[in-house]
This record gives sequence, C-alpha cells and structure tokens, in this order.
Amino acid sequence: MTEFDAATAAVQAALDAGARYADARVMHRRYESMTARNGDVEELTQDESIGLGVRALVGASWGFHAVPDLSDAAARDAGRRAARIATASARVPGPPVDLVPVEAVTASWSSGCQIDPLGVPLSDKGDLLVGATRTMAEHGADLAEGLYQIWDTAKWFVSSEGHRIDQRIRECGGGISATSIGDGETQRRSWPSYRGQYGTTGWELVESLDLAAHAAQIAEESRALLTAPPCPAGETDLILGGEQLALQIHESVGHAIELDRILGWEAAFAGTSWLDLAQLGSLRYGSELMNITIDPTIPGALGSFGFDDEGSPAVKRDAVRDGRWVGVLAGRDSAAMASLDYGGSVRADGWARLPMVRMTNVGLEPGPHTLDEIIAATDDGVLMDLNRSWSIDDKRLNFQFGCEVGWEIKKGRRGRMLRNPTYTGIGPLFWRSMDMLSGETVPWGTPNCGKGQPGQTGHTGHPAAPARFRNVRVGVSA
Amino acid sequence: MSAPTELELAGQVVELVRRLGGPAAQAEAVVTRADLALTRFANSAIHQNVAESTVGIRLRVHVDGRTAAGSGSVVTADGLRALAERTLAAARLCPPDPGWPGLVPPTSAPLAPPVDEATAHAEPDQRADRVRAFVAAAGGLSTAGYCRTAHRSSAYANSAGHTAHGRSVEAAMDGIARQAGADGVARRCADRLSDIDGAELGGQAAAKARAAADPVELPPGRYEVVFEPAAVADLLQNLSWYGFNGKRYAERQSFAEPGAAQFDRAVTLVDDPLGASGLPFDAEGTGRRALTLVEAGTTRAVAHDRRTAAEVGAESTGHAVAGGATWGPMARNLRMSGAAAGPASATGRSTTGAAAGAVVDADTAALVAGVRRGLLVTDLWYTRVLDPKSLVVTGLTRNGVWLVEDGTVVRAVRDLRFTESYPRALGPGAVLGLGGRPVRQPDRVDGVWWAAPPVRLASWHFTGGASG
Repeated sequence: MTEFDAATAAVQAALDAGARYADARVMHRRYESMTARNGDVEELTQDESIGLGVRALVGASWGFHAVPDLSDAAARDAGRRAARIATASARVPGPPVDLVPVEAVTASWSSGCQIDPLGVPLSDKGDLLVGATRTMAEHGADLAEGLYQIWDTAKWFVSSEGHRIDQRIRECGGGISATSIGDGETQRRSWPSYRGQYGTTGWELVESLDLAAHAAQIAEESRALLTAPPCPAGETDLILGGEQLALQIHESVGHAIELDRILGWEAAFAGTSWLDLAQLGSLRYGSELMNITIDPTIPGALGSFGFDDEGSPAVKRDAVRDGRWVGVLAGRDSAAMASLDYGGSVRADGWARLPMVRMTNVGLEPGPHTLDEIIAATDDGVLMDLNRSWSIDDKRLNFQFGCEVGWEIKKGRRGRMLRNPTYTGIGPLFWRSMDMLSGETVPWGTPNCGKGQPGQTGHTGHPAAPARFRNVRVGVSA
Repeated sequence: MSAPTELELAGQVVELVRRLGGPAAQAEAVVTRADLALTRFANSAIHQNVAESTVGIRLRVHVDGRTAAGSGSVVTADGLRALAERTLAAARLCPPDPGWPGLVPPTSAPLAPPVDEATAHAEPDQRADRVRAFVAAAGGLSTAGYCRTAHRSSAYANSAGHTAHGRSVEAAMDGIARQAGADGVARRCADRLSDIDGAELGGQAAAKARAAADPVELPPGRYEVVFEPAAVADLLQNLSWYGFNGKRYAERQSFAEPGAAQFDRAVTLVDDPLGASGLPFDAEGTGRRALTLVEAGTTRAVAHDRRTAAEVGAESTGHAVAGGATWGPMARNLRMSGAAAGPASATGRSTTGAAAGAVVDADTAALVAGVRRGLLVTDLWYTRVLDPKSLVVTGLTRNGVWLVEDGTVVRAVRDLRFTESYPRALGPGAVLGLGGRPVRQPDRVDGVWWAAPPVRLASWHFTGGASG
C-alpha cells in the first residue's frame, strides 16, 4: 500500500461517511538536531515520524483525525472518524463554508539541495559545533553554545477534488551563541542569529555561515557588553539590522495579515488583527519604501514550497505595495468567507496537525540604500541588531523588542557598543516612519513560529535588509 | 492478537539495544500512546475540531562512553530495530560524554491518582456540548476558545532493570466572550471532563467582557496590582523555566539561591505533579514527587534531572524532560499556596455599574477591597524574558484590566505593556495579600498546569499604554 493509497482510502472513507469534501496528508519526516556547549556535544537527537491526517467537511463543519498507521484499515477508520468529528462540530454550527477553486493537479515538487544534510557524517557536524563552541569558550564566553537542525519531509496530498501531489522539502540551518554572565545579568551575542539561520536548502547553507570564523568575535563582544553603557532611554532615530527587521516583519506584518486572525478564528489564543478587511487596498500600512511580498517561490528561503497543504500552487503576491495594504495570507475556506479569490498559505506542522493559515516567505523588497549610507545619513541614533526578546499584543499593534547589541550613532559614524537595547512602538506608526531601506537583503528563516491549538510550529522566511526608522522610543527597562 | 503494551514495547527496544550494542550498552526507552482531542470555537461556532491517536517511542543509549537519543512513531518490529540501530550508530559517532549520570536503578514508583475513564474516552459530542453551553451562557456575546481532553498511557524501561508505567488524563476549557473589542476570559483544568462546566465558564467570561466595556487609557508607571490566577500562572511558568531550572542554576543563569529569603514570606511554591492526574515518573524513569521550591519566602530547591543533579552533587528530583540536556529540567505542575487562613476579608465591596462582573470570586474581592489605588489584572500575554538571570520580563495585559480606587473596581482600563523583574515583584515585603484558594490553570500542553490564588502586589512596572 503506497502513501497515496492510504491517503486516498482515508478521503474515500470520509466521503462515504457523509463528507462533501475531504483531503488527507501522509507525511514522513526525519529530524536531526545537535547542540554543543563549551566544546562538547551536549545532545544529539534523531526523530522519524510517519502518519496520516485527514480533514472532512460535513455540511458547514470541519473534522480532523490523525493516526500513525498507514494500513488500509487505519486510514479508512481515520476518514470515518474525521467525518464523525465534523458531525459533532455541527452541534455549534457556523456560517456556510465554501472553498475557493483550485485546479486539481497531479504533481511532484522538491526543494533544492546540493549537500544532503542527513548524509553529512555526524562526526563532521559534531566537529563543527565542538570547534566553534570551544573557540568561544577560549575567548571569554561563560556559555558557548552551538546548534544545527535538519528536517527532511516527504508528503503526499490527496483531495476529493482530485489532487494528487507529492513533495520533498529539505530544511536545515544552525548558529552559535556566546553568553557572558555578570553579577546581576547576562549578555549574549550570536551568529548569524540566536539559534541560527535556516532555509529550504542542503548543508551548503550551514557551510556558508562559517560559524568558526565568527566564534571569537561574538565571545569577546558578549564579554564586553557586560561593562558597556546601557542603551539610553528616549526617542531617537533607530537603525535595525536585517535579522531584527526580519522578526519585526514576522510579528508586526506577517501575523497581522493572516486572514484567520482577521476573521476572528484565533481570537482566544494567538489573537486577532488590527487590520479591517474593509480597508484592504486603501489602508496606509507604512511609508512608500514599504513593499512586502508573500512569496513561497523564493529558492532556498525557509517558507518555500511547491504547493501548500491544501494543494494550492506556490504563487507570489503583494501584501503591501508602496506602503498600502493590498494582500493577505489565506486558505481556501477563509478566502471564500472574505470574498477573496486566492488561498495558498495553508500548512500543517506534521501529519497529526490540522492545516491552517501560516506565513510562507513574507518579506521586504530591497530598498535603494546601503547600511553604510544609512549610518552616514544619521546624525544621532542607535543601531540595533540580533533579536533577544520579542513581545507584541494580540492585535499585532503594540510591540517591544530587545536586541543583543546596540551601537551609538553620532554624526554619521558608528560609536561605542550599548547593552540591553530595546525599542517599542505601534506597528503602522513605526512602519510609516521608515525613511531609509537597504538593498542588502537576506532571506532570514524563522523555524519556531508558534500558532494554533493544539500548538503548531511553523517554518517561515523573511527577506529583510537594514532600515532606518525615525523618532522611535528606545531604552525601555524594568 | 492484541497490540503490545507500552511496557512490552519499551522492553523490546531496550533488549534490541543490548543485542545490537553488546551487554555493556546502556539504554532507556519511553513509549507513550496518546489520545488527544481539542474542539475549538470562534465567532460562537466550532470551526476546528481535531483528534489524534498517536504512539511515540523515545530511546536514549549510552555506549562506549558516548550518548545519543532517538525517537520515532513506527512501532513495528522493523521500526523498532531501525530506531535502535540508528541511535546506536549515532552514539558511536558522538564525542565522549563525561557527564553521563547513569540509569535509574530499579526502584518503586510512587502511586499516581486514578484515571477517570470517562475522560480518557470522551467523545466529540461531549466536548461540543460544553462549547454549546459556553456559547449559550455568554448571552449573545461573541465567544471563542476550546474544550480539550487528553489521555496518555506511558511506560519506561531501562537496561538496569528498572520499569515504570502509568496513565494520565486531563480535561480543560479556555474561552473568551467579546463585546465591542473588550474580552473576558474563563479557564479551568480538571482531572474529569465532568468537572468542566461550560455554562459556568461562559457566564463568567461574559460578565467580565461586559465589565470591560469602554476602557480608558492610563499613563504608564508603577501601580499596585491584584493579579487573578490566570495572570499569576504566567509568573509561575517563567519562575519555573528560568529560575527553578537545575541546568540554568548550574550555569549561574538563574536567580535562585537555595537558603536565601528571596521572596515575600507569603510565597510558598510547590511542584506537585501527582496533585492531579499525572504520570508517576519522568523522562529518566525517576519517580515524580512533590518538591517544595519556595517555603514562606525562602528558596529551598531547584528542579533536577540526573545530569544536573550530578553536576551540583544533588539527587534528581524527578523533573527530567525529553530534550532536557539542552533545555534543562522543568517543574511543570507548580502550585502557589493560598493564604493559610483564607483571604484577609471575605467582604470585598461588590462592584456596581459598568464594572460589575470584573470580580469573579470572594478571594479576589477581598484583595481588591484593600487597594487604595491600583489595577485588577486578569491575564498576561506574550511575555518574553529580557534577561534570564534577573528574570526581567516584558509582556502585556489581556482579557480585562480595571482601575481600583478605595477598594472598589471603578472602571475598565485599556491594556498596558509592562517590563518587570518577576522575582523582585514577589520579593520580601512586595506581596500584600493572597487569596485562599489556588485555581488550576491549563497550559498550552496537556499535563502541564499552574495553580495559584489571586495575588495582591505592592508594585508592578507598566512601561507603555495601549497606544505606545
């Protein structure tokens, strides 16, 4: 019995049990991670998981059931149970459910991969982390930590409309962090970001990060931060490095344009959105430099795929164009409810999870400047980079972020390091204050986006480059 | 032929490792079967309704002085053998592990509370009926939330001859009612689904939502606060993960100093995994027992697994978790004791007018009654740590904030951002009152819960208003 056979059996059983639409995903995921600390491997974990999840639509109500067994009997039972759960959902019914049309295709897709990350010898991967963490420890870090993670996912999708799609997506990445511990606080520096950079690529991404070459510098900077002056409090011009801007996009744009949040489907947990569909196409989200795209077609970016988990093909769309809000992240049912004609942004975190609206690659198109030009044009400000903490309200408006490091900017030059830099603001006001944007774009990957109940962890990409924001409140402390 | 039990599967894997890796190979395996179901509603309708029947096996081996872990969902003979082979192969390629603490020797496991079979085998209709009751009790307000049930059956076996098994169940409901952008919340966690009353929770959430209408914006600054149990749960979680974590303690990243009076005398914190339905052993097979972390303001202990305990010359406290070598041991069933004699006064003034419904019980009412000017806070949201050692955290209020003047809730307030050191906020002299009865709050993951009474604190640093 093939994976397609199991998925087909589950879909047919759901239809036989009364569903008017059903789809099923078989997923086989292999995961490997290694952590190292102070020159020793700390933990090596390998996981292999395979199973089937089936979704059934009975009337206007959904049901979902998942099992780790691909036998015909188990698949059919899962389909029947999904339909039965959907029937129970109808005890508290909602409005009619429609699905925007998607062409039923038979297709295969694979992400690009030059060096199979699971094929790289463990000893080589261990040597990389052990060496980098040893170097950090030798250069003053109290805690020298390194990490890589690898996901190799094969999935087979079948729908009652005739979809039959298989995909293989390989993702990996890694990074290093140095922590120095003072009397009352800790200071951390990371490369290229805390817990690393990730993409839908092979091990060549990790090799390109050149972790060993940056180990000594970040260790020394973490130690120096313990005695650096604190980030001053007040309003100033803020320059954000690309990694921090990627998270700013993720939190204050990506989640805000999720259609399920806008429709209230996440109201009790992840929250809603400050955006009102009545303003789609007219609302000024940010300055004219702000061009945000939803683009799952970017080769190597972490949020890339061939088809989403509803069988919609990957398509690039605008979310914000010249500062105006013009697009959302949607699924087939949420789009129909909002009278939109596109989905394409639905994914499930494994076979046991319901597919839901998730970010793909949501990022800024490049701007006309460079970081050096931005610094040179800034008379008085702070440059912050690499995220250390992030918090935003349930409407995705009020945010406060902390970074690992700040630098004073005076008369167009980068000055001394600042510790505990934080900044806070309101999303649209902040984005409207962006007046310089670099073209030095990197597709940053975020492998830990939490959403949903039961919880799901999403992998998202965020092309971003350094940018300047005017009159931002910085230096918030306890 | 019936499927092998979890204990049989765990034993098979351990035996496979010994056969493949030689008699000196050490191995431990945990097998868990789980039936998890969650019925989710929004806009007063069930929109997501899921269930999963899963099996997972986690194996850790130590061979030739090297350690590796593996896990999987395939429990066929071929699947088990593949898991054993790849984990052994991984271990042989790893560097030496001088900190390996050895396996738990054969010991008796503590007795776990009995499992409610009705909850273990709850049907989707039963969850939907509680949602329907919640929605109906909200009296026309828009509602959202979930009702979930979870049943786990788990077994542990190791090559030292130790075995353990147990089951756990949990039911939880968490929902909001909404009116003109103002939300009210009610949530509960219980060992029996029959103890979850959707109508009671829906009515409570609706009353709070109505009381939260027309909020005003207050300037940031330090305010005296009364935190309801949902808000206190966030304090407990962050204290546990960052402070009472034996790995962070060993790394000097924790504020915890056993023996020091770090908290107000009113604060007693006990991790009590078998105080509700829970598995009687941790990820290393160590028995789980109650552990007093703070006693009358004095820090008494931090949570350890075998590795962190060995590092500091202590014994495991039964707090090992999967991935613990990286994240450290966690206390996940933390209870803050209530005031021994109950609330200082049970005669808190009832609120009237627009704010009626903000106070949901006598414990909270008694604490509010003592506040000359401060805030009643229902819930905290999106809390993130700025510095782990001082445990400075930023986050926002959510699901209802009210201004209290002269012991009376006078009006709703818009959400505020805070930046505060949690240990400092609970420090000596900082706790002005506790409610008498801890209320158990569900976590995002079943089996994890936080129980706390409402708490009155002298000062909380709000660093921003809703508009920045």
